[in-house]
Amino acid sequence: MATHEITVTVNGTPHRAEVESRLLLVHFIRDELRLTGTHIGCDTTHCGACTVLLDGEPVKSCTLLAVQADGGSITTVEGLARDGTLHPIQEGFWQEHGLQCGYCTPGMMMTSHALLQRNPQPSEEEIRRAISGNLCRCTGYVNIVKAVQYAAEKMAQPVTTQGL
Amino acid sequence: MIPARFDYEAPATLDEAIGLLQRHGDQAKVLSGGQSLLPLLKLRLSSVGMLVDLGHIPGLSYIEEEGGFLRIGGATRECELERSELIRTRYPLLTDTTLVIADPLVRNRATVGGNLAHADPANDHPATMLALGAEIVARGPKGKRTIPIDQFFRGPFETALEPDEILIEIRIPTPPARSGGSYLKLERKVGDYATVAVAAQVMLDAGGSIQAARIGLTSVAETPVRAEKAEAFLRGKRTAANILAEAGRLAAEAASPTADWKGSVEYKRDMVRVLTTRALAKAIERAGGK
Repeated sequence: MATHEITVTVNGTPHRAEVESRLLLVHFIRDELRLTGTHIGCDTTHCGACTVLLDGEPVKSCTLLAVQADGGSITTVEGLARDGTLHPIQEGFWQEHGLQCGYCTPGMMMTSHALLQRNPQPSEEEIRRAISGNLCRCTGYVNIVKAVQYAAEKMAQPVTTQGL
Repeated sequence: MIPARFDYEAPATLDEAIGLLQRHGDQAKVLSGGQSLLPLLKLRLSSVGMLVDLGHIPGLSYIEEEGGFLRIGGATRECELERSELIRTRYPLLTDTTLVIADPLVRNRATVGGNLAHADPANDHPATMLALGAEIVARGPKGKRTIPIDQFFRGPFETALEPDEILIEIRIPTPPARSGGSYLKLERKVGDYATVAVAAQVMLDAGGSIQAARIGLTSVAETPVRAEKAEAFLRGKRTAANILAEAGRLAAEAASPTADWKGSVEYKRDMVRVLTTRALAKAIERAGGK
């Protein structure tokens, strides 16, 4: 059985692990690291429920081998909140009711987070384009867009008032 | 879903990668972005003994104009094409194409070289590269060679690449002044494979007539195909609506689609006609014509 030793930083913490070649990144995150906030939805590269950030870029972790992430830095939904305070993106989804069942939410937030890092003041069209690889079957996306707009506004406020 | 077992290597150089391909023969497969290959392995529609990952080989990702060519590194990701100012301003046909490939998350991993080397007849870059008259640069144990795009696609999922060759670059002749292109794709839902799609690239002469046109068709045959009769018909013609309509009719004749859940043969052919006419009109507009 082909195994490889990999080192990945997940939410700021370095992890060393022995993984099989065929182990998918999403299974590594969920089953080995027990970070189950990252969901498995369609498992066929369509739905985006498994979205995580790899070196800052949102990717579908069901379509990536764990060994491909060797040396990389991963952020999962568990990495958003700091010291018990919700990240503005999380707060946005809460305030604007950007979810119903919640299944797509972790992936949706990771994609939105990456969007706001690249483009802090996106237009509605830019938000809709950015999340077009994340499927939601409940909300109709209206409140998801509002949640991202909420986060963009909140993150644009001066640092001194953020997270207080 | 979990793929069947395979071995994996992430070589640091192209030479090492080629050595691995030689050693493992038909058991080996190149892994680039993996956005087509990994789903196939997960669904167990395909299996492989050794995956050779190009992800750790430096120098395979670039977009630059040099010596009369646009050079795109084989492992350049779709998202890089999408964000490139050079591509947006000078090669709108490529921007059109990348924006309709799957979705932004897939495009963060998927590579241009992979889209071509995978040679799915429903992939989008193949028709575009036919329309742009591209060349494929491959490297194998005997060194580099250049393959004209018209000779690259041999069958469904089959290319002119030898098993121990790697697609390292795509070369596109820099279009002369008064050139423009457009890619139009009919899809059942956003991010889907094409029902049919049309890539058109035109060059106008000083008087605004069509000096040359190239048209590539997606998902209408076992390989991407050029609509050569339509191209020949357009040479020297004015850009009038009836001319573009006739070119659309001729392009539809070049399509030999199969009926499936996306549509009947007649429907797909007619959509080739419609999209060709529209893609030509858009390409002409972008070339500065009327």
